Amino acid sequence: MLDRAGRAVLERLAMAGDASLFALRATRALVTPPFEVRETVRQLYELGLRSAPLIAVSGLAVGVVLSMHTRASLERFGAESMIPAGLAIALVRETGPLTAGLLLSGRIGAGIGAELGAMRVTEQIDALEATAVDAFRYLVVTRVAACIVALPILTTLMNFAGMLGGFVAETAITGMTLTLYFERAFSLIDMTDYIPATLKTMVFGFVIASVSSYLGYTTSSGTEGVGRASTRAVVLSSILLIVTNVVLVRLIFFFFPEAAG
Amino acid sequence: MTARPASAPQERRRTGRTPSTVAVRLEHVSKSFGTRKVLDDVSLEVRTGTAFVILGRSGTGKSVALRHIVGLMRPDAGRVFVGDDEVNTLEGAELSRVRKGIGFLFQNAALFDSITVGENVAFPLRRHTRLKDADIRARAREKLAAVGLAREYDKMPADLSGGMRKRAGLARALALDPALLLVDEPSAGLDPITADEIDQLLLDLKEGGGTTIVIVTHNIPSARQLGDELVMLHEGRIVARGTPDDLAGSDDPLVMAFMTSHNTG
Repeated sequence: MLDRAGRAVLERLAMAGDASLFALRATRALVTPPFEVRETVRQLYELGLRSAPLIAVSGLAVGVVLSMHTRASLERFGAESMIPAGLAIALVRETGPLTAGLLLSGRIGAGIGAELGAMRVTEQIDALEATAVDAFRYLVVTRVAACIVALPILTTLMNFAGMLGGFVAETAITGMTLTLYFERAFSLIDMTDYIPATLKTMVFGFVIASVSSYLGYTTSSGTEGVGRASTRAVVLSSILLIVTNVVLVRLIFFFFPEAAG
Repeated sequence: MTARPASAPQERRRTGRTPSTVAVRLEHVSKSFGTRKVLDDVSLEVRTGTAFVILGRSGTGKSVALRHIVGLMRPDAGRVFVGDDEVNTLEGAELSRVRKGIGFLFQNAALFDSITVGENVAFPLRRHTRLKDADIRARAREKLAAVGLAREYDKMPADLSGGMRKRAGLARALALDPALLLVDEPSAGLDPITADEIDQLLLDLKEGGGTTIVIVTHNIPSARQLGDELVMLHEGRIVARGTPDDLAGSDDPLVMAFMTSHNTG
């Protein structure tokens, strides 16, 4: 039994090593020509624009719920006027980036894992290579680049949708106007809240795309392997995203101490 | 710009060398997966302009040999040449240059399922030529028409039957007019009539001249009809080679059993 456990640990370590090398290769290819611009734009549409409805609707719902919780807490102190600002800070600094990241690791991670996995088992990746196309650049690097660009944009959308959701909840209870709501919402946040927290989602994008691509690209065992790649892509990229978030928040506090205030 | 190599005089002027009369050469190639040896010291030569058939039962390393030729696999030992290029040592742009001269028809066609049939055929043209969009479409239509799929340009691969997919795969493999065509199990999974249609397309191509064809199959009638030269693989080793008649007349029990089987793929 110990033997089996040891082997399982070694296999996991070997996979982690493989995945790291894969991500390193993707990083190098991201900054060295030739660039697959056309395919990257297509992926930006497929992975980014097509995720916008999910992010917008989820953002609205998160905003409504957060607003209701914030109201319940602040009402005790007679500080209801702080609800928009409190909600904006929570959304921009953490809730927006992390929720968007997790939602997208589900949608994009599963999609990339399944698509590349299916392409691997049906020999489409081999067909690309045989057609003298660098399949890694064409399939992996384009998806990684698209995710790095799409995540901050979708996070910003999430933030705004969340604030809009908060407004809907607030106006339903207090009749607050849109102008007053957003005036209060933006009263306590500045660029040091927005920029580091939003830019960290570029790392989320890299993590989601490279982990999912690795699992899809190296799929074996037929359709069963495709399903496994898709599931593992979601699970692994979500876990890695949460762990990465902890590290990034520490780094943000180190380099932008005012963001911790 | 097309992938067809220069003519012999052009090649001589450019490089000062006479182009190779051997299109493909495997020298003592061995390949293992784990402890299983799939190719064991395999050597063969395919002469330019001929149709060469690799025969053998399933799992004897035929497709693996084909994948070595296009550089999708690297041998554990031995060397693989396409013309004068040692494929197993090439990478990046050099490997791409060789691959542009090779068409590969995969066993299940391996059409890109997110784009239309026409765009599948146009794909190599878009990647490797500077033709205008209209010319690329016209050429893709022409290639599809040659395999009897002129009306399927805008269909998705999922909407095609197995035989049609294979014909579309053949059209894509021929899009750049390659000097070398590799065909993996052309009749696998097809009914006998559709398999005959695919064989006829390959036969037409062979009779058209100019294209070297390497076919992997376990379909005996197909092999006899198409092949100028045949080799038979068994457990990773070549156990027989010669013309279809040589193999048909072989007194090796293994070859006899295989050549007289009624398997039609």
